[in-house]
Amino acid sequence: MRFADGLPLRSGASLAGYELVYETYGELNAARSNAVLVCHALNASHHVAGTHEDASRSEGWWDNLIGPGKPLDTRQFFVICVNNLGSCFGSTGPTHVNPDTGRRWGADFPVVTVEDWVDAQARLLDRLGIAKLAAVLGGSLGGMQALSWTLRHPDRVGECIAVATAPNLSAQNIAFNEVARRAIITDPDFHGGHYDAHGVLPKRGLRVARMIGHITYLSDDSMEAKFGRSLRNASGAGRGAELAYSTQDIEFQIESYLRHQGDKFSEYFDANTYLLITRALDYFDPALAFGGDLSAAFAAARGKRFLVVSFTTDWRFSPARSREIVKALVDNRIDVSYAEIAAPHGHDAFLLEDPRYHGVLRASFERIAAELTR
Amino acid sequence: MSSTAILQVTPEQALIAELVPAGARVLDLGCGNGALLDYLQQVKGCSGYGVEIDDDKLLVCAGRGVNVLQLNLEDGLALFEDRSFDVVLQLQTLQHLRNTEKMLLETARVGRIGIVSFPNFAHWPNRWSVLRGRMPVTRTLPYEWYDTPNIRVGTHADFEVLARRNGLNILDSFGLQAGRAVRRWPNLLASVAVFSFEGGV
Repeated sequence: MRFADGLPLRSGASLAGYELVYETYGELNAARSNAVLVCHALNASHHVAGTHEDASRSEGWWDNLIGPGKPLDTRQFFVICVNNLGSCFGSTGPTHVNPDTGRRWGADFPVVTVEDWVDAQARLLDRLGIAKLAAVLGGSLGGMQALSWTLRHPDRVGECIAVATAPNLSAQNIAFNEVARRAIITDPDFHGGHYDAHGVLPKRGLRVARMIGHITYLSDDSMEAKFGRSLRNASGAGRGAELAYSTQDIEFQIESYLRHQGDKFSEYFDANTYLLITRALDYFDPALAFGGDLSAAFAAARGKRFLVVSFTTDWRFSPARSREIVKALVDNRIDVSYAEIAAPHGHDAFLLEDPRYHGVLRASFERIAAELTR
Repeated sequence: MSSTAILQVTPEQALIAELVPAGARVLDLGCGNGALLDYLQQVKGCSGYGVEIDDDKLLVCAGRGVNVLQLNLEDGLALFEDRSFDVVLQLQTLQHLRNTEKMLLETARVGRIGIVSFPNFAHWPNRWSVLRGRMPVTRTLPYEWYDTPNIRVGTHADFEVLARRNGLNILDSFGLQAGRAVRRWPNLLASVAVFSFEGGV
């Protein structure tokens, strides 16, 4: 969907004329009251559920949660997922041509924030004729967008479901992002973000960035269970494995796995997009304008209803961070439920199927659906 | 919805609900399936939150639209500000907590009024059982000594002493037996003790 009006950005800049791609699932009811907006995280797209017709293995990234008969049941709800600005999956981003210069945006694409994304999503809903969402749902960076919706457009949200998220990034989180960014920026093929003009891609940097990210999405225990110290060249029966005694070749399975993830990622993801999106994560901090007082920030969300979900082994967005959100809501006497799911998978748990996690979401969406028809 | 909710509360819960003022802001620690909170919301216009650690009970609460927070009470009530609730309920949970006394003080800190209930170990069948040399196994205390989740066993009279020692002002107290309030000799005649109190200072 094309937007001719410029979008004023948090940075003071403005994005004149942009495109947003999105997918919808299910039917909007006559009252236009059953829309649920799903916000995507760092490396995901608007393709949140279902499969594309002509492609195998094209399940949406949250397909286990969203669809007919699933916890977010598309027979009951009209589900929308918008690809965010700055992304590399179709909406206007660094790989697109800057109309002012006739060249690709590259590193000149303006810095976008969670708030900018939310405002762009709101404009798209205007066009779709949706005045109010039954719910907004997101995990991780998507959860930040869901929270931001209740602060920027509180009258347009019924319920907010924020999964595996945080009220802002910790120093450790920013540190991981910075290492990933430096890996990209110091890649000799990066060329200050204008690699396109040089006909190259900073794939080495992207690979390392993805490897770092991946480590932080898994728990120590789940990595241990999945890989342990197993070797790539295990000889099977007999005495076990052969060590190669090499400093540069892959020796352990975990190395092989991380390199594979890095390779895959560097083939489809844009380096400038990675920089932009990690920066959006860094900048998100709704309490900043209130002197660090998160409770004061959430006063704007009075009258909304929240579900906050965290996972016990998620050390990137730990349960303690979710409890900060819960406290800010409780301080404002806002309706909130909080589930702390004992799942072993770390941050990645929010994308996986866990009966307790999906059970809470199903119960909540069933209640929301019942309240719509009342 | 409201009619089924009324049916779902036990006579004991209904008696305790009478202690909660209409329209009160309520925190229910160990709220279970949320039936009492649901009842208080629908019948007495109360609002607030339940705290529950069990996954399955949390699910029931989420489905019925009761605000429920999955927290471990052993970690204290740091999430809640002083006097942020009119009533803090702690029904049949105190006996499961290691730090009973601290929890009681936290209850008094967070709520204007605290209401607790717990099994009364001095109920006469329990006394009789101990006299015969065996730990009691009853409807209220259905566990054997080696598998009971009740790590704190106290009596109606014991609580009065603990409350006084902590400067808590007891507003009301009675026993519960077979779904009825027992106001005469509750320490002897009731299997459950109920106290309503307010913080001292």
